[in-house]
Amino acid sequence: MKCDYQEIAKRALNIRKNILKMLCEAKSGHPGGSLSATDIMSVLYFNHMNIDPNKYTDPDRDRFVLSKGHAAPVLYATLAEKGFFPEEELMTLRKLGSRLQGHPDMKKLPYVEMSTGSLGQGLSAAAGMAISGLVDSKDFYTYVMIGDGEVQEGQIWEAAMFSAHYKLGKLIAILDHNSLQIDGDIRDIMNPNPLDKKWEAFGWHVQSIDGHDLEQICDALTKAKEVDDKPSIIIAKTIKGKGVSFMENQAGWHGNAPCEEQTAKAIAELEERYNG
Amino acid sequence: MAKRATREAYGKALLELGQKHNDIIVLDADLSGSTKTAIFGKEFPNRFFNAGIAEGNMMGVAAGIATTGKIAFASTFAIFASARACEQIRNSICYPNLNVKIAATHAGITVGADGGSHQAIEDIAIMSAMPNMTVVVPGDGVSTEALIKQAYEYDGPVYIRLGRAKVEDVYDSSEFFSIGQANLVKKGNDATIIVCGYPLNDAIKAASSLEQKGISVRVVDMSTVKPLDMGSVLKAAKETGAIVTVEEHSVIGGLGSMVASFLAEHYPTPIQMVGLRDVFGQSGEADELIEEYNLTDSDIAHAVEEVIKRK
Repeated sequence: MKCDYQEIAKRALNIRKNILKMLCEAKSGHPGGSLSATDIMSVLYFNHMNIDPNKYTDPDRDRFVLSKGHAAPVLYATLAEKGFFPEEELMTLRKLGSRLQGHPDMKKLPYVEMSTGSLGQGLSAAAGMAISGLVDSKDFYTYVMIGDGEVQEGQIWEAAMFSAHYKLGKLIAILDHNSLQIDGDIRDIMNPNPLDKKWEAFGWHVQSIDGHDLEQICDALTKAKEVDDKPSIIIAKTIKGKGVSFMENQAGWHGNAPCEEQTAKAIAELEERYNG
Repeated sequence: MAKRATREAYGKALLELGQKHNDIIVLDADLSGSTKTAIFGKEFPNRFFNAGIAEGNMMGVAAGIATTGKIAFASTFAIFASARACEQIRNSICYPNLNVKIAATHAGITVGADGGSHQAIEDIAIMSAMPNMTVVVPGDGVSTEALIKQAYEYDGPVYIRLGRAKVEDVYDSSEFFSIGQANLVKKGNDATIIVCGYPLNDAIKAASSLEQKGISVRVVDMSTVKPLDMGSVLKAAKETGAIVTVEEHSVIGGLGSMVASFLAEHYPTPIQMVGLRDVFGQSGEADELIEEYNLTDSDIAHAVEEVIKRK
């Protein structure tokens, strides 16, 4: 698929700025895993996915499930960027009465395809959506983003087996491989490697890419769509906290919000990197 | 009257639903012969998916199917549905209020010889505690068929508790059933037996034997445990003044608890509970276990006589 990388980079910049602003306003939430997923989300929503904010209940739309639901800020910021709801609403994140719950809630925010947050469950739900598509011979794709700590959950491998068994070719998973979980480096906490060999052994089409290289993301998604006899996974090597130097590769920024001063510094740095 | 297990009635109803409606997808976790979903699977192989021995994933897949507007029926044994897949049901089905029907068979001690590891005695409690969940516990084949069809029409998650052991049909096909509405099986004034599931026949037997002794006992079939039919409980409390609850389940968190907490708030009434007293089951024949754990018709009759003394 033809990709306007400049346009996507611009979108990604704005999404990152909004992630920081909304977390600062909420005073809690998960910046690290939101920033690591931003470039992938930008390519999905601004290039690959067949979605239209004006037809969000269209039965033929592509679906996206954020299985690593704690990265809700990147989902909300992306949906706002795409025009599903006004940018101002982002500042209600995690507040009483908000549609923007701490973890995505499809009943409160109808543009969310599946309520997630309890790790390990989103891949199964995505597989269910793909099963429905299969039964009705529909052409829509179901995308699902999982975390590399999340794959420690057994249900992920139940869903992996299921999806390969039923040859869910229209199911595409992206693994945000930022190598950090709350308690530290995934290799120290509970090593899930080698990820590529595991997914291959489970019968998936596997690609490994740099999850911040827009061209690689775009190409990998295009290739994944061409595979129709098995589910696909894109193992995207990412940097937790990507774009904000004091957050990058710091497990401590998994679930802590920046203060106003840190937010201003981070936004200035993002703009400088983008313009430079 | 015909004798059949409620799981058999489920298999039949599911097949009939499948013949009528294209939007049903059925899932099972390697127990389709026992849960009777295999009957549907054989007729509609492209709408039947065996998830293998992976109940958590099965519930998540059912949730995903439901987001697309289809109706997923997911079946396994009650112990695995309610306990193994508990959190998937909570967070992927109940929290987003998705239209998934969980038909769980082999509930209670009448599972029999498989023993305590396979006898769910706490599933009503677990499932009832979840917001948005409706809990249906039919006591015979006729009501099972009707309530399975109602569950299809009903918008939202439903847990249907079914049994392995054969039970006599209590109703004829003209009886009307509705989710959330109790059925008056027998009239009476001195006390009321409120029952769900397997012991329905024994409750009726108990009431008939008490009739011989001149004690007039009402029997109410509470085939929907949640939401409780509060109107019929209140009416029974006011008109008969004494309640016996009967269930093939722990008295903690089941029908007895639900009736007791409702009446404690609205119309305090003497209550006697027949159910499992905070114990697991064990291997044995269904009828032996019913006797071992004091769930027989004579145990029920005894409870009625006891509760009347407290009026």
